[in-house]
Amino acid sequence: MKYKSRFSKYVTWLVLFFFYLPMVVMTINSFNNSKYGITWKGFTLQWYIDMFNNPKILFTLMNSLIIGVTAMLVSMILGSLAAFCIHYYRTRLQLFHNNLILIQLGVPDILMGMSLLLFFISIHLKLGLLTIFFAHVTFCISYVTMVVLARLQNFDFSILEAAKDLGASWPVIIRKIILPLLSPGIIAGGLLAFTLSIDDFVITFFVTGPGSTTLPVYIYSMMKHGNPTVVNAISVFIFIATFILVFFTQKLTDTKKK
Amino acid sequence: MMNDFLIFENISKKFGKQQVINNVTFPVSKGEVFSLLGPSGCGKTTLLRICAGLEEPDNGRVILDGKDITDFSPNKRQVNTVFQNYALFPHMTVRDNIAFGPRTAGWNNKKIASEVHFFLELIQMSEHKNKYPHQLSGGQRQRIAIARALINRPLVLLLDEPLAALDLKLRQRMLIELDTIHDQIGTTFLFVTHDQSEAMSISDKIAVMNKGVIEQIGTPAQIYEAPTTSFVAAFIGDTNFFEGTVSEMINSEISRIAPSDFPEITVYNDKHLSIGTKVYLSIRPEKLNIAKTQPNTDKLINIFKGTVEDIIYLGSMTKFWVTTQNYKLSIIKQHSSFLLDEEPIRWKDEVWISWNPEHGYLLDQYAETDENLLTIPT
Ligand SMILES: Nc1ncnc2c1ncn2[C@@H]1O[C@H](COP(=O)(O)OP(=O)(O)O)[C@@H](O)[C@H]1O
Ligand SMILES: [Mg+2]
Repeated sequence: MKYKSRFSKYVTWLVLFFFYLPMVVMTINSFNNSKYGITWKGFTLQWYIDMFNNPKILFTLMNSLIIGVTAMLVSMILGSLAAFCIHYYRTRLQLFHNNLILIQLGVPDILMGMSLLLFFISIHLKLGLLTIFFAHVTFCISYVTMVVLARLQNFDFSILEAAKDLGASWPVIIRKIILPLLSPGIIAGGLLAFTLSIDDFVITFFVTGPGSTTLPVYIYSMMKHGNPTVVNAISVFIFIATFILVFFTQKLTDTKKK
Repeated sequence: MMNDFLIFENISKKFGKQQVINNVTFPVSKGEVFSLLGPSGCGKTTLLRICAGLEEPDNGRVILDGKDITDFSPNKRQVNTVFQNYALFPHMTVRDNIAFGPRTAGWNNKKIASEVHFFLELIQMSEHKNKYPHQLSGGQRQRIAIARALINRPLVLLLDEPLAALDLKLRQRMLIELDTIHDQIGTTFLFVTHDQSEAMSISDKIAVMNKGVIEQIGTPAQIYEAPTTSFVAAFIGDTNFFEGTVSEMINSEISRIAPSDFPEITVYNDKHLSIGTKVYLSIRPEKLNIAKTQPNTDKLINIFKGTVEDIIYLGSMTKFWVTTQNYKLSIIKQHSSFLLDEEPIRWKDEVWISWNPEHGYLLDQYAETDENLLTIPT
């Protein structure tokens, strides 16, 4: 049933206004020929040119991508396995497991960053790409697990027995039954993990080391010391990339389509 | 025996402390429809899963076509299962579902195509071959599940309550279709159900199960007409039970028994139980005659007078409950001819109940715990 209501219209516009007005201002400013973007001083592409000519930006972007992709892949595997264990073996241990993963979603970033930093120092691990990677995997697993668990809710385990009954061995069952049915959930979880990793600032800030600066951390230092107008240009880029990623994630998790 | 194609031999199975299957032994002949019939929770599915290899027995062996298959994994057995909830692969079309077994077994494409075609025709689903399971009705999914299992040419097809999820009309139609498919393919069917009419209509043989043991094995007629235990008598249709002792031997085959709550009854005593033996008598409701006038008196026929307590009109027949002393008899009268001049029997009428001694059946065994099955629903 569809209701028409003026109230819902107002709420929607209000939310959109709050969410996207800063983005609109930012996008306009990225073309503004003014150093601080307070008044409109004419159209320019200068900030975009600066962005592409800044080797530091490309370097930190590469760092972010390396960590984003590896953390995504590893958390996809570990998160899916965790989800499977929690869903399939409903033992007390798995209930505990489930709660641990849920709690992790609520732990403040600053706490996680600090505890991870202390941990890495105590085991004498040199801060750098590796520590950032471990930290990102840690918080990404929970999100992948949640998404895959949701997918498992309407997974009928008796079809695994049916496949076995029809002559399939475990490798065949995994390839022909489990992966095709769960891959939308696993991929959606992975995309979510990737977006979270790419724009993480707080945790990364704690565990980063020399030569391993990621893009968000670099943007922060640019804001403080450099040219904020280039930041606008970068942000527009990241915004568009995130928008595309979320769009695909949505498509994959849409459960109405089989 | 040569005929024993599939043999369950001393099978036992426990889940935790619960003895679910208790030393069960029975043979199934090649090509027959063999039913496991029993109330929910009696262990039918477990027995079927043991046969499929999805459950391991604690004790005993499963022998198929002369080979001990007890330790074979499910994918190595020449049996296939139609699961209770069908368990179709939701991401595959009807055709891919049916072709799953053959593809896994590595048949060549030409053979797969022709076999899939054959089975699609057999279950009359050719025009739906490209649909997904969620686009099909319950009855159609059911047929896909059957075809998906049968295409592998199993030596035995296991069916776990295949009709339970369907509504009554569809259930009756699918029962006929199942029978037709069995006639065409000739595979041995091991059929699990809790519905006695379903088992009666499709089976060559029925094993009645109760609490992990088999109470009786026989043809549908044997089970219905000559139940050996009170459980079987009560589970398979309605019956009237009498408990008493043998009080008089009239001749070598006819005796009289004295029930505790009913006048003396003349019975056919082919088991030659002697005077004083405790016996249990079962008489099916449709074997009793009911009339408003006293029937011709033959010395051996049981005739009792009673009062009509309840009448239920069931279309092709009418069911009466008549009390004699404190005993409530249930009687079914077929409407073979509708005589307008015959005065109908009404509530509170005085009636005559009569039956032939050989229509009663003396039971070997009576379990107190079956009491709840014996209370006739009103
Ligand atoms: N995997 C299992 N674990 C524990 N108990 C089980 C399991 N499977 C079945 N049971 C128990 O065994 C008994 C028989 O079950 P089942 O064979 O499914 O009966 P039926 O098919 O005759 O209804 C039931 O009491 C059921 O609760
Ligand atoms: Mg069952």
